[in-house]
Amino acid sequence: MQSKFNLLGRNLFDLDDYSTDEIVAILEATQVMKQINLRDYKKLPTLKGKTVCTLFFENSTRTRMSFELAASRMSADVVSFSAETSALAKGESLQDTVYTLNAMGIDLYIVRHSCPGSPQLVHKHSSKPVINAGDGRHAHPTQALLDIFSIWERLGSLKGLRIAIVGDVTHSRVVRSNLIGMKKLGAEVVVCGPRTLVPGYLPEIYGCEVEYDLKTALKNADVVMGLRMQIERQREGLFPGLDEYTRHYVLSKETIRWAKKDALIMHPGPMNRGIEILPEIADSEQSLILKQVANGVNVRMAILFLMLGGKA
Amino acid sequence: MRTLIKNGLVYRDGAFVQADVLLDNDRIAEVGQKLTAKADSVFDAIGKHVMPGFIDLHVHLRDPGQMHKEDIVSGTRAAAKGGFTTVQAMANTDPVVDNLATVEYINRKAKELGSCKVLVVGALTRNSEGKEIASIANMLKGGITAVSDDGSCVQEGRLKFNALKYAAGFNIPVIVHAEDYSLAGSGQVNGGKISTQLGLSGIPALAEEVMIARDIMFAEKIRCRLHIAHISTARSIEMVQWARQAGLDVTAEVTPHHLLLTEEACVGFDTNTKVKPPLRTEKDRRACFDALREGVIDFIATDHAPHADYEKDREFTLAPYGINGFETAFCSLYEGLVLAGELPLETLVQRMAEAPARFLSLDTGRIEPGLAADVIMVDLDGEVSITPDAMLSKSKNTPFLGRSFKGRVLKTWCDGRITWDADDAE
Ligand SMILES: [Zn+2]
Repeated sequence: MQSKFNLLGRNLFDLDDYSTDEIVAILEATQVMKQINLRDYKKLPTLKGKTVCTLFFENSTRTRMSFELAASRMSADVVSFSAETSALAKGESLQDTVYTLNAMGIDLYIVRHSCPGSPQLVHKHSSKPVINAGDGRHAHPTQALLDIFSIWERLGSLKGLRIAIVGDVTHSRVVRSNLIGMKKLGAEVVVCGPRTLVPGYLPEIYGCEVEYDLKTALKNADVVMGLRMQIERQREGLFPGLDEYTRHYVLSKETIRWAKKDALIMHPGPMNRGIEILPEIADSEQSLILKQVANGVNVRMAILFLMLGGKA
Repeated sequence: MRTLIKNGLVYRDGAFVQADVLLDNDRIAEVGQKLTAKADSVFDAIGKHVMPGFIDLHVHLRDPGQMHKEDIVSGTRAAAKGGFTTVQAMANTDPVVDNLATVEYINRKAKELGSCKVLVVGALTRNSEGKEIASIANMLKGGITAVSDDGSCVQEGRLKFNALKYAAGFNIPVIVHAEDYSLAGSGQVNGGKISTQLGLSGIPALAEEVMIARDIMFAEKIRCRLHIAHISTARSIEMVQWARQAGLDVTAEVTPHHLLLTEEACVGFDTNTKVKPPLRTEKDRRACFDALREGVIDFIATDHAPHADYEKDREFTLAPYGINGFETAFCSLYEGLVLAGELPLETLVQRMAEAPARFLSLDTGRIEPGLAADVIMVDLDGEVSITPDAMLSKSKNTPFLGRSFKGRVLKTWCDGRITWDADDAE
């Protein structure tokens, strides 16, 4: 793989540190990785001798697997560390954990944590490049990149697209990173959900639109993304219940007709089938959901390659 | 022991005039031109400003019980360095100051080892739990100057009403840390733009405002002294203004950080910006400043809240709330407000010394013969570097770390005794 572009010495905390050109360069590198992943023999020697650490303070099997697969496809050594934040509150501090790992010669950290800003803290104590694999409800840049890549490879560009994101926006790290990335690539984004689950400050921060009515939000949408709706929000007094949510916000054959014909359907997973999205849509021709999962590995390979300066 | 401070620009009746100041033991003996009195030591203050020692009515000295953060010795040394000669310590120590013995412990230790005078706040409710009224009359025997559950806030209306009423029977001010817990939740920063952007849960302005509204209505009914601690929102200020106009004895203080910083300071996840009430919007900051200048907010208090490095240097959500205040208060405000052309120096000194003294009828806060010999000498061109090494507080948790401000306190006299001397520090 030939690329003058690299991300040596950079962190990936969120997409706001990245220019539009840099995001496009990552998408292009992802395209290359995708071709490699379509081969029979998928292994590359590019990161041989490098050690990456998945440092997960919050459980996420899917994200971890995706990163670890990406790293091992490029022949990096992978060290896994898991700690529950609850234990961390009392036990070993993040700082001590990172000091211990530093001593093992880690070249790059992939950090998942329920507390926003923790990847920055890992970088502060390690001085090594850090990839944010999700920090609370703050950011999840690799998820946004794989979402964006999935649209980009299908439609060629995001410029002028209208993208509707529907669900519990308040608690979604995916939305924040996607808003930054999608806006940079020229898409219009509308977020939609019950008013208690859509922060009123989003337009001011990200230049998106806010809608509380699904039909209005989906009008003219080229892409519709559903978000996971969690029952906890009911107990927190933020909405009356899943029944009512489904009745008003579910993505189904019927409601998706409000969007453009052949609009793409997306979901960052894991899905609650029957709650925010119906199988008839999730498994349809229009759906990119399984592509998103496959592209997760592609995009993470591209990022690891660019950040660790792998050679073709 | 007589001390003569010569040729300084002396703060008198709201203005700086060239004068000499003579301290005789713990009193100011004379202020005037070319004093010729004999003195044990004479200081040349030419080109320097001579001000009344500052008074900070909202501080956390963490003693007893949390002495890894601060104690009476380190805290009062830091205070003296910042130009303070009197501080009022909040009750949320371990144990809580809700009994006479703890009041007397603080009194004794401060008297023996302190570098400034320490007034003691007693808890409003037992253990500051918001369940039963604390032994206020008992603690008054130890000389408490106010009552407060600061750090906590009595949620239950009926108890708060009765506690205010009980305290009013002794004409002691009640200081309220206004926070509706159900609205504040586990909020980390101001509820609004920045909390949305950072994905942190927010403490809405409403959490403060509804409690202030409630307590002002109680004060109106009871006719008691109610003091609002660390006011932080535009709407809270409007309510205090309303209470004043209605003739109620409602007062308020504001911290340096709420006068100088906004929620934007939290963007880099610096846990030294994590504080309650949270840093608010520019509109709120502006309202605090305007209210301070106009006297709707009576005085400045630091809410000095030290926390050890290892407590602050961690995940934002897990770090404690609080900002270290003594050693940055005057210089940051001098540079941020006075040099910025927003506030006259005279007003800043009034709000840091004279106004808090008047609030508690203390015999200090002005440079006047007969008052306590609490005086500071300040070099307005002198630089103060805010670095961990330079700080005397045990803790270094200030969002101003790494900054440098003009406005250096050269000497502090408390009751006529030198408690801070910049020359010794060099
Ligand atoms: Zn407080």
